[in-house]
Amino acid sequence: MSENNNPKVGLFVTCLVDLFRPNVGFSAVELLEAAGCVVDVPRAQTCCGQPAYNSGDKADTKEMAKQVLDAFSEFDFVVAPSGSCAAMIKKHYPEVFEDEPEMQAKFKALSEKTYELVSFLTDVMFITQSPGEYSGSVTYHDSCSGLRELGVKEQPRKLLKNMDGVEVREMNDSEVCCGFGGTFCVKYSDISNAMVSKKTQNIDDSGADMLLAGDMGCLMNMAGKLKRQGSKTQVRHVAEVLAGKLDGKPISGE
Amino acid sequence: MSDTRASVLSDIKNSLSKKAPDAERAKAVAERLSGRPTGIIPKRGQLKQSERVDLFAEMATKVHSSVVRVKSYEDVPASVGQYLREHNLPAELIMGSDRRLAKAKWAEEKNLTIKKGPSDGHDLVGVSHAKAGIAETGTLLLASGSENPTTINFLADHHIVVIAAKDIKGDMETAWSSLNKKKDQVEMPRAVNFITGPSRSGDIEQKLLLGAHGPRALQIVIVG
Amino acid sequence: MELTSHNLKSNVKDALGNEQLQKALSNVPKGFIDKRAKAAAALDEFEALRDKGREIKDHTLANLDLYLEAYEQKVIENGGHVHWAKTAEDARRIALEICQKHNAKTVTKGKSMITEEVELNEHLLENGIEPVETDLGEYIIQLRNEKPSHIIAPAIHLNQGQIEEDFRRVHTHLDDDRDMSEPETLLAEAREVLRKRYFEADVGFTGANFLVAETGSSVIVTNEGNGDLTQTLGKVHVVMASIEKVVPTLADCSQILRILARSATGQDMSVYTTFSTGPKREKDPDGPEEYHVILLDNGRSDMLGTEFEEMLRCIRCGACINHCPVYHSIGGHAYGSIYPGPMGSVLTPSLAGVEKAGTLPNASTFCGRCESVCPMRIPLPKMMRHWREREFEQHLQPKAARYGLALWAYFAKRPKLYRALVSFAMPALCLLGGTSKRISSLPLASGWTKHRELPAPERRTFMQAWAQREALKQEAK
Repeated sequence: MSENNNPKVGLFVTCLVDLFRPNVGFSAVELLEAAGCVVDVPRAQTCCGQPAYNSGDKADTKEMAKQVLDAFSEFDFVVAPSGSCAAMIKKHYPEVFEDEPEMQAKFKALSEKTYELVSFLTDVMFITQSPGEYSGSVTYHDSCSGLRELGVKEQPRKLLKNMDGVEVREMNDSEVCCGFGGTFCVKYSDISNAMVSKKTQNIDDSGADMLLAGDMGCLMNMAGKLKRQGSKTQVRHVAEVLAGKLDGKPISGE
Repeated sequence: MSDTRASVLSDIKNSLSKKAPDAERAKAVAERLSGRPTGIIPKRGQLKQSERVDLFAEMATKVHSSVVRVKSYEDVPASVGQYLREHNLPAELIMGSDRRLAKAKWAEEKNLTIKKGPSDGHDLVGVSHAKAGIAETGTLLLASGSENPTTINFLADHHIVVIAAKDIKGDMETAWSSLNKKKDQVEMPRAVNFITGPSRSGDIEQKLLLGAHGPRALQIVIVG
Repeated sequence: MELTSHNLKSNVKDALGNEQLQKALSNVPKGFIDKRAKAAAALDEFEALRDKGREIKDHTLANLDLYLEAYEQKVIENGGHVHWAKTAEDARRIALEICQKHNAKTVTKGKSMITEEVELNEHLLENGIEPVETDLGEYIIQLRNEKPSHIIAPAIHLNQGQIEEDFRRVHTHLDDDRDMSEPETLLAEAREVLRKRYFEADVGFTGANFLVAETGSSVIVTNEGNGDLTQTLGKVHVVMASIEKVVPTLADCSQILRILARSATGQDMSVYTTFSTGPKREKDPDGPEEYHVILLDNGRSDMLGTEFEEMLRCIRCGACINHCPVYHSIGGHAYGSIYPGPMGSVLTPSLAGVEKAGTLPNASTFCGRCESVCPMRIPLPKMMRHWREREFEQHLQPKAARYGLALWAYFAKRPKLYRALVSFAMPALCLLGGTSKRISSLPLASGWTKHRELPAPERRTFMQAWAQREALKQEAK
């Protein structure tokens, strides 16, 4: 570690943040910097390889994993504004290299220093207050990978509740999958639609003005459905609210 | 047929070829079968006798069994008689040749007709004696045989099971030992029935309905 | 095993459009999830018992041949018969032979997924023997000539009105004007009708939740008591069970029993847990005169030693199904296999081949809820992914998906090219969004835009904006 209080963090941007909502990435940078981290973004990153992994394409997964390993070798921590991508690096990379013990050891080391953004802020940097300001009611959807693979549940809620003016209204079944599932939502779009329809019903029933989550995939799925249904609920990544960077376009569009 | 046996077993063995050597495996299996290691025993049932009986009654009641307690076997016929009257049942019942049940003075329950033997499906009320009780879940352990025919457990509409308080154990594992004949060796009767409440089904829209194919009501009489 | 898994997409369409089914499915989460959570929370040792269950089954599987031999020996000592079946066909043939030896006209059946797997009923019927399902749910679907839609709640896709209709259609000996408005009446009617059948039956078939090697016992776990009547009242009791049901000892069985019912229905124990050890003894007043066990392999020995071995720990509690949001949306029949939900998506390709059932492991979001509740800690999503790997290796996925993936991977592995491509494509996507800043239809992504909007990207990617920020910083210095 560079210095105890100023760890060097490499931001794993994630492809969806990169392509669709750069504001989420900048919010993550602000939160990390406010927590005392020195943040950099390696240029040589594209994707964690999860789409290949979940399609059964192990060879390409391995190449992309190695790319991530190289790109982030110099950092104390790797942080992603996504439970799903973070879990890919933290939980699945070592699994992918089960048949290559030497490589696996390297990926285990990478795993140790990789975190999902909000849990990194609370569990590693011990942040209890976020720098942002926001006033309004929000509801939080627990994205599956973050929740079940990384144990992200209370961390975002704790930070949100500590913000003056933020009211967290729990929706029913916040832990149930929204139906995104990567390529699933395109391959089995009808099942995915049934799932996201139940989710948007629960979001509406919560009465919150804004839907938050920690994963762009799920957010785009829920936002896309809400929009199609004509809902006024704003959809944002939790980092945007925690950083108070609400000038960017919401995921739900304008 | 023996060819099939050999081929199933050899297919299993071939699939397992990467595991431990055969001799090592045989030793592990023999040790497990003779040593019968006990696993995790829930603390819930590890209580002194009186509390254990209370827990048993509480758990049994939770699963819709009804529980009464009497002081001695002498009181059992009166308790059974009362149950029949309370439920507007005819004064008839069936039971096996269980010695503890036989000792009770049934003659004192006037007009009560007692049929002995297995049930043919026409008995409204059956009485059995349990071998043991399991406090952690309110479960009765019944063993088949002429003392307590298995058919009575399932064919009677109302099943009344008598159990000695001292036979109520904290957990399943201790209850198994009540079947020990030789030291530390369970001797299995043809059928061992763990019974936890009256029969039920959830197959119609997941509504809990009692009395599916077995008894509609389970009355437990704890003696002592 | 009859499969329609290859028709998954059209099955799904039917299921989603079936209002009655959708209403029935809405009961599934209500009925199971809270109950399981409460039962698990009420037992301090629950999580430790899950570890223990896994350990017991792993140990057993690593020595499966030896435990089966030990079990067999005990069954024979107890006066029972053991038959080995390599295939479903073997199992059917052996079952029929036993029935024919006893001139059986009707047989009763306790609820058994294995007899569904080998399609025993169809085979008996073809040979002039009437099988009578006695579990209420199984009885109902037998009347309807349907397959179970859930491994522990076979008629969960039906509502009370449909069951009433079936009973009126079939129970013609009863008064047409009878009141059947309460579920209790339906249950009582089935009870009465089936009571007679137990006594008429020559042979009773059950499955087994466990086979205990220590004692040679077969174990069934039920709530209704039908399995017990089936196996007690027939002259012959035939147990049909797959080879992985064996556990070493009664103590081991007791460990797993503590997590079985809690995971399945949220009960601490099911009402009846019965250990059957051989036929009627000399002084016994009741019980079957013969006791047979048919041990079925049907593909399981091939799973040992592969990445699918852990699936053989499954104790068929149904928790993964009860918690699966895909199952909640489409129900069991849409999977086109008698094993639906996550456990079926792993098991069905193992039994029927991934080329026939490859759709199943793909129809999952990998949300992981199944694994989080599996009492035996089976990594179900991981194994579904293994099936996708096998499919990928064998080029079984649709061409468009394969080429799409290959093209994407080509760029994703080359960061510089990827950046160039993205900066090239970005303006086009923005343009598609138009003034509404959202994309309502997009070629190649119709699966997405059929049901939802796609937010239009912003003008620049994060990486472009970041590069600019860094450049400005440098300049400032």
